Amino acid sequence: MADKLHFSLVSPERELFSGLVDQVDAPGSEGDFGVLAGHAPFMTALQEGPVRVHNNGQITTFDVRGGFADVTPDGLTVLAEHAVEAV
Amino acid sequence: MASLKEMRNRIASVKATQKITKALQMVAAAKLRRSQDAAQNARPYAERMAAVIANLAAGISGDGAPKLLVGTGSDQRHLIVVATSDRGLAGGFNSSIVRAARERISRLLNEGKDVRILTVGRKARDQLKRLDRSVGAFEAGGNPSLVVAEEVAGKVRELFEAGDVDVVTLFFSKFKSVVTQTPTGVQLIPAQVEAASQPIDLKGAVYEYEPDEETILEALLPRNITTQIFSAMLENQAGFYAAQMTAMDNATRNAGDMISSLTLQFNRSRQAQITKELIEIISGAEAL
Repeated sequence: MADKLHFSLVSPERELFSGLVDQVDAPGSEGDFGVLAGHAPFMTALQEGPVRVHNNGQITTFDVRGGFADVTPDGLTVLAEHAVEAV
Repeated sequence: MASLKEMRNRIASVKATQKITKALQMVAAAKLRRSQDAAQNARPYAERMAAVIANLAAGISGDGAPKLLVGTGSDQRHLIVVATSDRGLAGGFNSSIVRAARERISRLLNEGKDVRILTVGRKARDQLKRLDRSVGAFEAGGNPSLVVAEEVAGKVRELFEAGDVDVVTLFFSKFKSVVTQTPTGVQLIPAQVEAASQPIDLKGAVYEYEPDEETILEALLPRNITTQIFSAMLENQAGFYAAQMTAMDNATRNAGDMISSLTLQFNRSRQAQITKELIEIISGAEAL
């Protein structure tokens, strides 16, 4: 199995997700993008839409409105104004 | 000397007060836990936000930088945002925040600066009313909500964008522990970038920005003001309940002391009166 990516999703009220995952797809302001482990440093504003977290073949979806994604060598952080786990 | 009946009433009234302070203390203790958790949960967002801004600000150069970051180039007109709670009965909690703000205000006035005040929370409004420099007042509301923080931040931005203020400072009480809350002033505009935070080690790679650094920073900075106000409100809330709990604990203890000293006094005078009556009866009988 390839390396895992550290992903955390935080909203002003609380941290919704923090942990190691395989892949995260997010709706960037210039288009959707996916992040795997070892992604180049990258920062973008996010559009309203779903953030999909892939882990061990399972997909967890969060609906995110207004926020930023920040990819550093340490992992991906999504700062979202509003975020809820989709059911 | 108060009559026995008066003393009995007095004791009953102190006992009733003690019940109230005791109840308020327990309510504050329960709410403290919740608001402490809320403050804790909000911390990651604020910390990440500060780190991201520090990172972006380090890369941005002179002229293109947004005004919220570098200021207007003047520091003549100050806006002091004072955040307290809506309610009292929490010892010196609100007063200490207001005192810290007042000290800053009088220092700025001595330096010949322009000072205006924006208050969040009824206590700040009431205590600063006499200075007559208010440009607006908000209520803190029950639990701190992002909606209120957004309203306050909107007002601050509006004043800044209209060119009415150059520097914005926020006063609130930092929640250190249940026994310590420190009134603190934080500069909101121009944004304070933590010099201490380490630039992220990119291992030789180049940061990419979409759409570009300026756009992102311009969108982030207003949001950061909201975040800072929101976390100030959360810290205030936790500090308020901690202060209230301590104050009510002291009040309950004082009421207890008062009850025992009043009871002692009551019993003494009751006994004195009985003795007096006995003496009267005995001396009356002897006289016959």
